[in-house]
Amino acid sequence: MKDLKSQASRSTTPGKGGLTPEIQSRIGHQLRAMYDDVVRQGVPDRFAELIKKLDAPGASPHVENEGGSNDNNNGRD
Amino acid sequence: MPLTDSLRNDILAAVPSLRAFAISLSGNADRADDLVQETLLRALANIDSFQPGSNLPAWLFTILRNLFRSDYRKRRREVEDAEGNYAKTLKTQPSQNAHLEFEEFRSALDKLPQDQREALILVGASGFSYEDAASICGCAVGTIKSRVNRARSKLAALLYVDGAEDFGPDETVRAVIGGSGG
Repeated sequence: MKDLKSQASRSTTPGKGGLTPEIQSRIGHQLRAMYDDVVRQGVPDRFAELIKKLDAPGASPHVENEGGSNDNNNGRD
Repeated sequence: MPLTDSLRNDILAAVPSLRAFAISLSGNADRADDLVQETLLRALANIDSFQPGSNLPAWLFTILRNLFRSDYRKRRREVEDAEGNYAKTLKTQPSQNAHLEFEEFRSALDKLPQDQREALILVGASGFSYEDAASICGCAVGTIKSRVNRARSKLAALLYVDGAEDFGPDETVRAVIGGSGG
């Protein structure tokens, strides 16, 4: 009994942010698995073409507003 | 700075992680690609405001993050779409178990407050430093750290404390931790 208790308390000893290291690493692993799965899909053609097209002289995309601000455009969809 | 070939290549190289960020934030693949497209158009239209030598991915992530947030304010997340839709975009269809586990994780992630979710993704998945993540989110480094910690704690509570299923030491110990169970 005593043995079990000490095991249990060791395995639930909170680390940073109240988490065990096992749980921290498990969360990190799942997060990266989800993310990296998309990263591995590479660059879809539509984006490669978009960036390439902007290369061509005179080809300017239809973007009517400034960037970098928090204001979004309306009128999509 | 002008749009040089090398800058264009760098932007292209950032697309896969921009998509991953957008999908992680929105939980919706179609919407994520719209966000990426909008981000690229903005970036290219405003390339003059990019400081040569500064962190290009961080600049692009900032644009995407701001677009997402203003979009969010307008139409809220399409929560009902978050589950299931994302999994369909995966190249490798996970096994049944892994799939369930993935769905659980995805849905727990969706339950986090937006501030915490984006901080966790930027630091834990995109690999940005706390400093870069702070600059992307426009807040202090300490704020990012605490958001990341809170995000982890909340995920742990959602995923591993209530239904501690296959995680943890062994059955005996779990019985001790969880009481008689039921």
